[in-house]
Amino acid sequence: MSRSLLNLVFALVLCASISFFGENFIASNFAYYYDILISIGVNIILATSLNLVNGYTGQFSLGHAGFMAVGAYASASWSNHLDPIIFGIVNGSGNPVATNAAMFVSMLFAGAMAAIAGFAVGVPSLRLKGDYLAIVTLGFGEIIRVAILNLDFLGASRGLSVPGTYTNLFWTYGSVVLCIYVVLSLVHSTYGRGFLTVRDDEVAAEAMGINTTKYKVAAFVVAAFFAGVAGALYAHFKAFLTPEGFNFFRSVDVVVIVILGGMGSTIGVVFAAVLLTILPEALRGLAHTEFVPAAYQVLLENRLILYSLLLIILMLTRPQGLFGDGTAFKKWLGRSRAD
Amino acid sequence: MAKPIWMRVCLGVLILLSLAPHDAHAEIKIGAVTCLTGALSTFGVSSIEGAKMAVEEINAGGATLGQSIQLIVEDNGSKAGETATIVRKFISQDKVAAILGDLTSSATMEGAPLAQAAKIPLLTPSATNVAITRIGDYIFRSCFVDPFTGKIMAKFALDHLKAHQAIVMTDVKQDYSVGLTEAIVHYFDQNGARVSNTFSYSSGDTDFRTQLTGVRTAHPDIVFLPGYYTEAALILLQARQLGIKCPFVGGEGWDSPTLVQVAGKAADGNYYTDHFSATDPDPRVQKFVQIYRAKYSTIPDALAALWYDGARLLALAVQRAGSTDGSKIRDALAATRDFDGVTGRISIDENRNAAKPGVILKIENGQPEMVQRVIP
Repeated sequence: MSRSLLNLVFALVLCASISFFGENFIASNFAYYYDILISIGVNIILATSLNLVNGYTGQFSLGHAGFMAVGAYASASWSNHLDPIIFGIVNGSGNPVATNAAMFVSMLFAGAMAAIAGFAVGVPSLRLKGDYLAIVTLGFGEIIRVAILNLDFLGASRGLSVPGTYTNLFWTYGSVVLCIYVVLSLVHSTYGRGFLTVRDDEVAAEAMGINTTKYKVAAFVVAAFFAGVAGALYAHFKAFLTPEGFNFFRSVDVVVIVILGGMGSTIGVVFAAVLLTILPEALRGLAHTEFVPAAYQVLLENRLILYSLLLIILMLTRPQGLFGDGTAFKKWLGRSRAD
Repeated sequence: MAKPIWMRVCLGVLILLSLAPHDAHAEIKIGAVTCLTGALSTFGVSSIEGAKMAVEEINAGGATLGQSIQLIVEDNGSKAGETATIVRKFISQDKVAAILGDLTSSATMEGAPLAQAAKIPLLTPSATNVAITRIGDYIFRSCFVDPFTGKIMAKFALDHLKAHQAIVMTDVKQDYSVGLTEAIVHYFDQNGARVSNTFSYSSGDTDFRTQLTGVRTAHPDIVFLPGYYTEAALILLQARQLGIKCPFVGGEGWDSPTLVQVAGKAADGNYYTDHFSATDPDPRVQKFVQIYRAKYSTIPDALAALWYDGARLLALAVQRAGSTDGSKIRDALAATRDFDGVTGRISIDENRNAAKPGVILKIENGQPEMVQRVIP
């Protein structure tokens, strides 16, 4: 077993044991932090997968929320219609083995559906470049949203209730670990160097005999798969879906995380996902504390202004992303170890 | 090595997060969640102004259980998923006694199951989707539901306008409009009147002449238009251009200054139902309007009034419960009868919905004027 595979297994076991021993304690005593933890996980998956397309392959996709929507609605429909038949789960409750099996299957289904959508969008549109591709993916995200708005069996504008809240720390962080593992191994493999080549110089890549469209579609499909998984986790956590939750702005949120984290730096993107999920919530807590002078309360009440301001400051001071391409971080790590 | 700025930011945030609220005052906490920013912020801001005013009045009128009521306001940013997070915060961090909100039906659908599971009473002052209060016995509502709006529209047309043959124009894309249409047709059928035809259109349409030509040939006494103001304004305009003279009747979806701005004179002479009217001569309403104006220097809209009533109803239920225990507050809420609110007398029925009157407004010279209150 290679070292990276060992790390993966170790991380998965760690997630499973934390979930097994700590899940109920955290969920019942610290429900708010638990909610934030799950949101962080979902955002990490969304951002690291998008980073494969936007960062490593150098394409610009603005439709990630669309794939997330496909996954969320696919897994919700699966749970609504098939869970009672296959796993004997009634009204979202059943024994833990059944619910976890149901979660696994619905996540796979969500990922598969999103991957199919990714393939369907990728094949015709990835022949386009830059801004044109961005517009096509943006259009795709909107098509998904409007399609759901008009599909009665998906709840249309009323929204869709999801019966079971099966999402837990294991499924969330297991998926996070798997997503990071897949993206990193892809990029660092011989095959995966193709992604970076496409990003660095498409013409040169083609001259070297690399099928650039194939690489782009591959990146797109993998990213869509994980976005679908993130959608399934979201659906089975929040237990209610509306088409408005997957609009253009949701896609932009993910793009912001990727840009802030540094295009093509997985560690940076993970940190950015954590930071940008905690930040709005931390500012929420701040607004009610009393040691902040009354004059500044107005600013804190408009926490989104403060949030945007912090984003601007971060972007100005770290234009290459939190960690740049990651080498600075490695250097820093090495140095602090030497200290 | 000097630490990069992002590390300082991270560190600062973490420290602040760890210091986050746990204040020592003995207060009864009520969590209020609405959309103060984002697409629906105008609605959210007036809703919270109404709720804050109500809580201040209750506190000024004397302590509840020896303590004052503290309203903890959180903003969902008009984003999906946020309300669930906020309700979890209310329950696990703030340890609220009850929750007020959310503003919209879809946001309330996220938060309500969590409140139900934690056995914390949740009262929404403005979410009209019927499904919400079916979530469980801790979920209440202090406004009326969509089918009820349809019923008072139909009742008003029958009793007041003496209409016996009607036509309904439905926005098939809006759940709200479809629900209202069903209720109107049902009421007409039951009371010996007739809806001779229904025409459909979709949100976003701009030309309605085909449907309106059908309306003209049918010579109805009245046309029901249970849609939103954007299309309603255009329909009114085009109907008058085609020479249709009968009045149109709409629901609270018409409640926007845009309707009159777009339709101009064509809006005059038509009616719509709403939760509240600032032109209501009732002294209670006028007093509310006066105080609200003095405080926020605007005239309260329907949401401000609904949330004012909702917050008062909830706070008074906590007083009557004599305890911050969830089940006691729930029982007190369920026992609410003839609560005297600015949007009318409210009683909570066995399905935890509000039975209360609506108001009918008539547009005259570009101004909506209240015609009457309709009691179901």
